[in-house]
Amino acid sequence: MNIYVCIKQVPDTEAVLTIKEGKFINEENIKWIISPYEEIALELALQLKEKNPGFKVILVTVGPARAESAIRSGLAMGAETAIHVESDQYLNHKTIARALAKAIKDDGDGGIIFTGKQAIDDDASLTHIYLAESLGIPVATNVIGFRLDSDKAIVEREIDQGARERIEMQIPCVVAATKGINDINQPRYATLMGIMKAKKIPIKKVRFEDLGIEDSTPTVTTEKLEAPPEKPAGKIIEGEMKESIKELVKLLKEEAKVL
Amino acid sequence: MANLGVYIELRGDEFKKANREALALAKKSNRDVYAIIFANDISQYENELKGISKVIQIKNDNLSYQPEAYAATIGKIIKEHNLNDILGVASAQGKDLFPRIAALIGGGIINDCIDVDFNSNTVKKPVYAGKLISTFKLSGEFRIITIRPNVFPVKEGGSDTQPEITTTGLETGAGKLKIIDVIKSETKKIDLTEADIIISGGRGMKAKENFKILQEVADILNAGVGASRAAVDSDYATPDMQVGQTGKVVNPKLYIACGISGAIQHFVGMKTSKVIVAINKDSEAPIFKKANYGIVADLFKAIPVLKEELKKVL
Ligand SMILES: Cc1cc2nc3c(=O)[nH]c(=O)nc-3n(C[C@H](O)[C@H](O)[C@H](O)COP(=O)(O)OP(=O)(O)OC[C@H]3O[C@@H](n4cnc5c(N)ncnc54)[C@H](O)[C@@H]3O)c2cc1C
Ligand SMILES: Nc1ncnc2c1ncn2[C@@H]1O[C@H](COP(=O)(O)O)[C@@H](O)[C@H]1O
Repeated sequence: MNIYVCIKQVPDTEAVLTIKEGKFINEENIKWIISPYEEIALELALQLKEKNPGFKVILVTVGPARAESAIRSGLAMGAETAIHVESDQYLNHKTIARALAKAIKDDGDGGIIFTGKQAIDDDASLTHIYLAESLGIPVATNVIGFRLDSDKAIVEREIDQGARERIEMQIPCVVAATKGINDINQPRYATLMGIMKAKKIPIKKVRFEDLGIEDSTPTVTTEKLEAPPEKPAGKIIEGEMKESIKELVKLLKEEAKVL
Repeated sequence: MANLGVYIELRGDEFKKANREALALAKKSNRDVYAIIFANDISQYENELKGISKVIQIKNDNLSYQPEAYAATIGKIIKEHNLNDILGVASAQGKDLFPRIAALIGGGIINDCIDVDFNSNTVKKPVYAGKLISTFKLSGEFRIITIRPNVFPVKEGGSDTQPEITTTGLETGAGKLKIIDVIKSETKKIDLTEADIIISGGRGMKAKENFKILQEVADILNAGVGASRAAVDSDYATPDMQVGQTGKVVNPKLYIACGISGAIQHFVGMKTSKVIVAINKDSEAPIFKKANYGIVADLFKAIPVLKEELKKVL
C-alpha cells in the first residue's frame, strides 16, 4: 500500500519575521523547515511502514522551488520517494488541497494519506479536510495514534480535557496528526547515511499549471499583515523571597485584578 | 440581511464557557441570531439562550459528536434558515467540525479569529503562531468563522426575550467514519485552551512527581496545569499539557510559568495571556523580559509559599 505524507515547507520556528508590501513576509534570510506536525505525520507513516513490509512512504508537497529542501529532509528521515507540485504563486487552501488530491490520484492507488493538523505558517487547519472532500474519503483530525485493523484504520484522537476518542475509518482516508503519544512525539532524526541516500532519490516534479485543476475562486483574501502590539516589559519583584511572593499575590489581586 | 448562526458546543450536558463569547459577539452584530444546539432537553440552557431570535434544536437518540452527521445537519440548517454567517468556537471540536461544513457547502472559512467585523466581513487572526496578525476578508455565499476562546468579552444582562424554538432531526453522514469510544483522562483536567488561569512547569520541575506541587496550586486557583516542551519530552508531563507553537495556544487571564526559560516557541503559545508571572532561579532567563511580574527564586521553595499566600486571599 502507498502511504502519502503531505508536507509543507514553513519558516523555522525561531525565525524573526518582517513584513513586505503590507501583506507578505520577507522570505530572504529565513531558514525553512518541514512544518513540525508533518514531521509527526511522517513519523507515524514510517512506523506503519516498518510494521508492514511492502508499504511505501511517498512525500507530497505543493510549493515553490525552495520546498525541495523540505522534501530532501523528509527523504533523509526515511521516505522512499516524493512528488513536488511546483508553483510560484500563492495558492489558497482549497486549491492546494485539490492539487494534492490530483497529484496523489495521478500517482496510483491511494492508500492512507497523512497530514499535520495544521501548517505552522498560516495555522489554517483546513487543507486536510478539503483534501478528503476532494477525494471523497473520510478524515480524522488531531490524531495521536494510528493502527491498521485488516482493511480499516483505527485512529485515536485527542479531544478536550485530555480525553481521547477512537475512530474507525475506511481506507483510503486522511489522517491529520498532532503531538501525542510519546513514540511519535519525537520524530526521528535523519542519519548521515539517510542524508546521503536522499540526495540521489529522484523527485517527481509536476507544474501546478499542468495538473489541470482550476484555481478555485478565492473565498478568503488577505487584506493586511501586521505585527501584534509589543508587550510592555514587566518587573521583577525584588527582595526576600517570602516577602516578594506576598507582594506578588497582592499585585495580582489589587493591581492586575486577575485573582 | 442574512441571519447569523451560532453553533453551541456542549461537553456532555455542560454549556461550554466559550459559547457565551460567541453569543455575545453575535448579538453585537444586530442581526437575527440563531443558535444551533444538539440536545434533547434545552430547558437547562434557557438562561444562556435568552435575547436571541431563534433556537434550532437537533434531537436524536444519539447526539454525541459525530463529525459527518453534525456537519451534514448544520449544512442543511444553514441553507434552510439563510444563515449566511456562521460562528463557532475554535476548540478541538470546532476545528474538526467547521472546516467540514465549509467543505460541504462552500464559502470562506477562517479559524481562530480574534476580531470579527460582520459589516465588512473581515476578521483578524494570528498567523505564524501569533508572531503576526493577518486581516482577512471573507466572501462567497457563506462565511464561516471560529473564534479563539477567552478573547471576546461576555456581556451580562441584555434582552430577556425568549427565543422561538424549532426542532429538527440529525442527518445521517457519509458513514465512512465511525466513533468507537471515548477514553476519558483519569484525572479531571481543566482544558488549557479555555482555562482562566494556568500554572505551567518546565524542565526546572526536574521530575514528574514534582508536578503535583503545581497541581496543588492549580486546585486553589481552579487553574489548568500546563508544561513546556522540555518537560513533556522529559516525560514530566503529558503531551496534551504542552503549551507553545507545537502544543496548545492558550489565552488565560493569568499564566504562571515555573522553571521555564521562555524560548520563543513556548512564548508564542502563551503571550496573549493578560498577565504573565515567571518564577525562575536564573535572573537572566528570557522569560523575565516577557513576564509582567517576575520572582527570582528556587521554585521548590517559592511554590509552597505561593500556595499558602493564595490560600490566605482566596
Ligand atoms: C520546532 C520546535 C517546536 C517547539 N515547540 C515548542 C512548544 O510548543 N512549547 C515549548 O515549550 N517549547 C517548544 N520548543 C522547545 C523550545 O525551543 C525550548 O527548548 C523549550 O521551551 C525549553 O523548555 P524549558 O523552558 O522548560 O527548559 P529550559 O530552557 O531548559 O529551561 C529551564 C529553566 O528552568 C530554570 N530552573 C531550573 N531549575 C529551577 C529551580 N529549581 N527553580 C526555578 N527555576 C529553575 C532554569 O533557570 C531555566 O531557565 C520547540 C522547539 C522547536 C525546535
Ligand atoms: N502546500 C502544501 N503542501 C503539502 N501539504 C500541505 C500544504 N499545505 C498544507 N498541507 C498539509 O495540510 C495540513 C494542514 O495545513 P493547513 O490547512 O495549512 O493548516 C498540513 O499539516 C500539511 O500536512
